[in-house]
Amino acid sequence: MVDPSATRLAPEADVAAPVIELRGAGKTYRSGSIEFEALKGIDLAIYEGEYVAIMGPSGSGKSTIMNVLGCLDTLTRGEYRLGGTDVNDLDEVELAEIRNRQIGFVFQGFNLLSSLPAWRNVELPLIYGGIPRHERKQRAEQALDRVGLGDRFENRPGELSGGQQQRVAVARALVGEPTMILADEPTGNLDSVSTQDVLELFDELHARGRTIVLITHELEVAQRAARIVWVRDGEVIRDELTEAAAA
Amino acid sequence: MSWLESFRTSWSAVYSHALRSTLTVLGILIGIAAVILTVGLGLGTQKDVSAQISSLGSNLLIVAPGSSTDTAGVRGGFGSSSTLTIADAEALESSVNAPDISGVAAEKTTSLSLEANDTNWTTSVTGTTTSWLDVRARTLSTGEFISADDEETSALVVVLGSETADELFGTQRVVGQSVVISDKTFQVIGVLDSAGSDSSSNLDDVAIVPFSTAASVLVGGTESSAVSTIYLQASSDGQLSAAYQEAQTLLLNLHSIGDSTAADFTISSQDALVSTATAVYATLTILLTGVAALSLLVGGIGVMNIMLVSVSERTREIGLRKALGAPPGAIRRQFLIEAAILGLSGGLLGALLGVTAALVLPGVIGSSIVVSPAAVGLSIGVAIVIGISFGVYPATRAARLAPIDALRSE
Repeated sequence: MVDPSATRLAPEADVAAPVIELRGAGKTYRSGSIEFEALKGIDLAIYEGEYVAIMGPSGSGKSTIMNVLGCLDTLTRGEYRLGGTDVNDLDEVELAEIRNRQIGFVFQGFNLLSSLPAWRNVELPLIYGGIPRHERKQRAEQALDRVGLGDRFENRPGELSGGQQQRVAVARALVGEPTMILADEPTGNLDSVSTQDVLELFDELHARGRTIVLITHELEVAQRAARIVWVRDGEVIRDELTEAAAA
Repeated sequence: MSWLESFRTSWSAVYSHALRSTLTVLGILIGIAAVILTVGLGLGTQKDVSAQISSLGSNLLIVAPGSSTDTAGVRGGFGSSSTLTIADAEALESSVNAPDISGVAAEKTTSLSLEANDTNWTTSVTGTTTSWLDVRARTLSTGEFISADDEETSALVVVLGSETADELFGTQRVVGQSVVISDKTFQVIGVLDSAGSDSSSNLDDVAIVPFSTAASVLVGGTESSAVSTIYLQASSDGQLSAAYQEAQTLLLNLHSIGDSTAADFTISSQDALVSTATAVYATLTILLTGVAALSLLVGGIGVMNIMLVSVSERTREIGLRKALGAPPGAIRRQFLIEAAILGLSGGLLGALLGVTAALVLPGVIGSSIVVSPAAVGLSIGVAIVIGISFGVYPATRAARLAPIDALRSE
């Protein structure tokens, strides 16, 4: 079970600067005359190597956090520093570069391009990173090897199971060696076997020192992380270590 | 992301949506082929017509009886009598009064039945003088033309057009045979080379007899000295308008007419015919080209339509690419290159189809088609420009999509 007393900010707060730092982060959506405050001033710091689940019911603001963390959306108030850079000051092109270098996305709907074989899907971030062609193929195949799909390079997404597709997506997230992996409901479209499969993969990546941020509304999934940040109505209501962290 | 990478990405998108790409290319292709063919057909017709008109003879002025005025059209003298006579033609031969006219050929034409052996053939029988061959720029395939002696003696000799000779004698040797015209037996002394046909008559279906023979034997009566047309040859191209002036002044004097607007004859030139015909066909070419250009425009709008559909269909792909680090420029470039690929392949295939059709069709429809390199080059250029310019809007829209909205769309 979750230990409510384990609220903390960082394991070694004085040693390293956080990878992710939100300070008074606020986001207000305007649609005509209607205003909706999705984030009401959030403070959050995530350090290198952490495995954090952001947990909350739908409408809690967790998707907004995910979009902000992923540099897909900008804050209306407050500050977001990613790897020490203030992201709010950046323009479209610089944001694209940040997404390419620092973030590896894993989506609920996999978001693979159905016309391309697995390895071509995996190499996409490297194309935009300006990596030469021969090196891309090599690295894409290594990444697929790492997620256990070493024999599926040439398969198109339609020829793979849901779990396998999500593993291709994880390989795509890993291939550019990003600062963190940002997973948005990565098991939302998967059956229980594939869910375990993908979560085990995350455990493994965490064990190897990857920073992982996972957005979910399922407690079972969140408990695989070392730390759970509970969000409700645009505010962080709890931030705690799990049993998995103690183990 | 380099241009080469953008091109690879675009190419794989074009390739993986083969049906959609084919249909788009087809739209452009038809437009381009239509432009090349219509321009080619227009130019070809223009060329055919001027070739036909100049085959009538060069530096030629044609004097016809009757006047053409703006209001009354053609005034044909009184009754059926012609206002031009052989005396007019003889006067025009004078090197004093008409120094710039080098040749005169009067024609007296009636339609008569020719009989040879058991064959009957009705054709236009033309009485004319020895200079006709030169003035009308015709040549003989066999035998000889009417001589001054024949003219002098109103000899019963005839020169046949190639088709007339064919109809009457088939494959037999023609020169030396006899032909009966109006109950008189004529001897065939020559056959003309083929000259095709002009807009009003078949130049190969004629029978030429000496003018004096036509006047005395075939027509007779008060009509005997009348001529239906006088052909004048100017001494050179540059002297055509001088020759025109001389002929007009001389004829007005002979006919005692003071006011040139009241003239009872009309002088026209080949040049005028050529330029009129050229102008008509040039207008036609512009019209056809306009129609073809419209179809090209429709093709272009087709490309834009497909690209817009492509953008909305692939919103998720665009969102994903942006999430993975594609800057707006790379997305815009990808869609622009896609549009350019479609435009260019449509242009090239259309040019190929147009040129092939231009080579094959003349054999089928019997009218020549001139492939104008300018039209081919221009239409390929236009196809690319259309592909790109109609691709700009969809590409800009794609590049502007916010990545989260794009990712969420279904």
